[in-house]
Amino acid sequence: MTSSQPYRLVSGGLIDRAAPLGFRFDGKSFAGFQGDTLASALIANGVKLVGRSFKYHRPRGILTAGSEEPNALVELRSGARREPNTKATTAELYDGLEAASQNRWPSLRHDLMAVNQLFAPIFVAGFYYKTFMWPARFWEAVYEPAIRRAAGLGRAAGVADPDHYDKAWAHCDVLIAGSGPAGLAAALAAGRGGARVILCEEDFALGGRLLADGGMIDGAPAAEWITRTLAELAALPDVRIMTRTTLFGVYDGGTYGALERVNDHLLSPPEHQVRQRLWRIVAKRCVVAAGAIERPIVFAGNDTPGVMMASAMRTYVARYAVTPAKRIALFTNNEDGWRTVETALGAGLQIAAVIDARPDVSAERRALAAKAGFAVLNGSVSGVEGGKDGVRKIAVSLTGGARAEVEADGLAVSGGWNPAVGLTSYHRGRPKWQDDIAAFVPDGAPPGMVAVGAANGAFGLGDCLRQGFAAGAAAAQSAGRSGNAGTSPTADEEAFSLTPLWHVAGKGKAFVDYQHDVTASDIELAQREGFESVEHLKRYTTLGMATDQGKTSNVAGLAIMAALSGKSIPETGTTIYRPPYVPVAIGAFAGHHRDENFHATRLTPSHHWAAEQGAVFVDTGLWKRAQWYPRAGEKDWLESVTREVKAVRSGVGFCDVSTLGKIDVHGPDAGAFLDRVYINTFSNLAVGKARYGLMLREDGIVYDDGTTSRLAEDHYFLTTTTAKAGLVMQHLEFCRQVLFPEFDVQLTSVSDQWAQFSIAGPSARELLKQVVDESEDLSNEGFPFMGAREVALHGGIRARLFRISFSGEMAFEISVPARYGDALVRNLMLAGKPFGVTPYGTEALGVMRIEKGHVAGPELNGTTTAADLGLGKMMSTKKDFIGRVMAGREALVAPDRQVVVGIKPVDKTRRLRSGAHIIPKGETPGPDNDQGYVTSVCFSPVLDQWIGLGLVERGRERIGEIVHAHDPLRGEDYDVELCSPVFYDPDGGRQRG
Amino acid sequence: MRIVCPFCGERELGEFTYLGDAKSARPAAGASEDEVFDYVYMRDNVAGPMSEYWYHGGGCRAWLKVARNTLTHEISSVEPAAGVGAKQAAR
Repeated sequence: MTSSQPYRLVSGGLIDRAAPLGFRFDGKSFAGFQGDTLASALIANGVKLVGRSFKYHRPRGILTAGSEEPNALVELRSGARREPNTKATTAELYDGLEAASQNRWPSLRHDLMAVNQLFAPIFVAGFYYKTFMWPARFWEAVYEPAIRRAAGLGRAAGVADPDHYDKAWAHCDVLIAGSGPAGLAAALAAGRGGARVILCEEDFALGGRLLADGGMIDGAPAAEWITRTLAELAALPDVRIMTRTTLFGVYDGGTYGALERVNDHLLSPPEHQVRQRLWRIVAKRCVVAAGAIERPIVFAGNDTPGVMMASAMRTYVARYAVTPAKRIALFTNNEDGWRTVETALGAGLQIAAVIDARPDVSAERRALAAKAGFAVLNGSVSGVEGGKDGVRKIAVSLTGGARAEVEADGLAVSGGWNPAVGLTSYHRGRPKWQDDIAAFVPDGAPPGMVAVGAANGAFGLGDCLRQGFAAGAAAAQSAGRSGNAGTSPTADEEAFSLTPLWHVAGKGKAFVDYQHDVTASDIELAQREGFESVEHLKRYTTLGMATDQGKTSNVAGLAIMAALSGKSIPETGTTIYRPPYVPVAIGAFAGHHRDENFHATRLTPSHHWAAEQGAVFVDTGLWKRAQWYPRAGEKDWLESVTREVKAVRSGVGFCDVSTLGKIDVHGPDAGAFLDRVYINTFSNLAVGKARYGLMLREDGIVYDDGTTSRLAEDHYFLTTTTAKAGLVMQHLEFCRQVLFPEFDVQLTSVSDQWAQFSIAGPSARELLKQVVDESEDLSNEGFPFMGAREVALHGGIRARLFRISFSGEMAFEISVPARYGDALVRNLMLAGKPFGVTPYGTEALGVMRIEKGHVAGPELNGTTTAADLGLGKMMSTKKDFIGRVMAGREALVAPDRQVVVGIKPVDKTRRLRSGAHIIPKGETPGPDNDQGYVTSVCFSPVLDQWIGLGLVERGRERIGEIVHAHDPLRGEDYDVELCSPVFYDPDGGRQRG
Repeated sequence: MRIVCPFCGERELGEFTYLGDAKSARPAAGASEDEVFDYVYMRDNVAGPMSEYWYHGGGCRAWLKVARNTLTHEISSVEPAAGVGAKQAAR
């Protein structure tokens, strides 16, 4: 198989040569090995060009070997699983992998959009703001679509994600980010100390930089130390190591966000398994050993495929046994870059030259160069000759002014290392500048967190081990674990010498932010135009705003700005760091909460029975309620609803009203307490009676209504609307616990405990007798209108019975323990057969309440007062209650308020629509003469026409007036008559009868 | 954010509902409209330590008085509201 991988070294690397894998890139078949990333496998096959850049469509290659990658973004997988902007450098290779390059047309090699480069002058920083200002209407129609076509990244799948995502919680004493030497040492110390440890590693392999850079630890090669350490950690009872897991965010109270890519390394997740899992980890302490990111140097042509970070280049050679180039040049300003030379020479590769910006390259390095036969040039790379096929020649400006050229097909670049300060800065922490490494290091961290090793600016292996171990031991101790951590692993100290170098002047585009195509000249332009502050620089040039969040570009960008504006880098400062550290799919945040599981679903006790009847359900908050019960032959909902209403008005029907909020109020002060929360008085309600109650908010606006009954001297049963059930409970608890703690009263939510049905119609009593025990007196004298008491049903089941009516008919509401709800409804159907009993849904319920002029949600809309609803007289003047004082404010008692009134079209055949505005007759509709609107409508079977309720200015004084209904949404205009809101049985004889 | 409920122990933010300022007390019956207006509408927008009401709706349904720094989200104390428990003031 190696023969098909011309750039694969014959030996070495952490790949499994016995496990060959086939994959496709842009439709072409390639081969790689288990242990490869897509990037390393592409390199093994000599693929240098992997994408086109965001704005200019420049050919781009692979820059890094990690999650900081700005260039090598691909569309991974196909169809519904297509995932745009996936980093080839972190995508694990699997058999059958399919990937496609992005932002090119018709093909990666021949991208017509590359003409954008010719228009580069108009694509400079701020070009959106300058170029497309005028005419404004062109923006949506012309500019934006054109720009979206030309600029951009990958395409989303466009169809639903077929995979599952999970969310999980974890708790631990010590959370560790990163499994490099510092992270493993921290885990060792914390684990030995007896702490519950979770270690998250983004990579699929453990070891961090040790995997590529090796080294000697405790006298043995790093690989041996890793194996030994992992074995010891595995033997510890409370150490959990999570690979393929990125710690992406830090939240308050020691909560951390982590994304585990459970099955991203497979073609598709195995059955019943999730693709990704979002973890919320609660940790007493956190040790950040997230390492550092090598930074590029900005020079002309630095985005040519074949230009690669020095550390990435040696990762590809040492870890993946692939050769990004045959003849490598190194451009470095620090000692660490030279490791790449050592690695390359060790793998038998040729070094073309080392261009070192430091004046003082050590004699040892010079001797190495002499032995290997390459030149060490003191200077900088000022340009790269090459293109989509890679680097050909490198132009060098030598210190002193002379020029040189180096022939090479790969250029390794090291501008130094930036500690990964994201996690430590997510609580608006600003990192501080450290001169000797010319980088920002953490300056403090969120509570409980500490950074160690390279993430803390300590780049030497010995320092990493020592800091990690000490932090792990200290974290275990401060989490209350007292085990013996033993002694720290050790390694030789290493010197890190660096001469800061950010930008080399030269001809041609020099990229700072590769992913967003931000060049050094864009930063110069921003500075010239006054966008000097880093926050302005970022937004004006979009520096660091791409999906990589500027991991390789931010520091270089602000260093260039610092130089231009004559400030120091620390004076220039950094932008705010915000999570997530890497992009996290929305699917992972949603977890299983999608489609029908987007929220919980509540089913009424009669739901299954209603479903058997073929009921149509409507979502009401979390509830599913039967909306109507269609019968064979009915042509539409209106026909079914009209039948249900007529059946109730002429015989008997029942409706599940279990969704109402139900609260038991117990205690000697229950009545006095209710007096405070309702505008009317409940303390004087007789035992065995129910009363309609209205609650206000403290600002005087109506909050909720419902019927409350007194079942015993110290026991009330309160109902709320369906919508406000939870909120009223919360409000009453606030009143009880905070506002009126002096009352001896207890509240119990019993919404789910009782199944409640309204039984309504002239035959309601006769039907009820069939299910209630014969001993119970249901006569009008024995159980009059607004009666409330416990009764026994046949078989001895205790029920609560209320003589209340929302429909206007003689009606009862009966509550049974929820588990008997289904049986009761089936019994009612059986027993009701002789009476023609008809189940009715929420639509018929609504029709009957409108006919009766009862207010509901559309009228209790958060802007109406009790008086607006026609219930002003209920407000007691003899007691304090919530909202009493504010309800008396001038504007809330103004005579010209919009109040509830009945509305019916003058043309009886016309359909009334809610939302239509009420305008004085003969006037042209406009905001100045808008006098209100229609809130609720229905077709009234009783009146045989559409009727409605509305909120209309001075409505009650205008009964009989013909006004104009203006409905611009539906383009309708018609005359309506204002009338009493009580369309049916105004004296209430039917409900009392 | 995590809140240590005095009844349930340390719980996650999602179990709680925020109300706001716990400093102002509801004026007694007979208070003037101005006093009630201030109580209903006038709130300090505190940058720093603040006393707040939180409701443990996902747990014991207790209303809690939480001392929280609005800049750091650091919580320095959590107390149950006066009328939470069974213990009642003498009538």
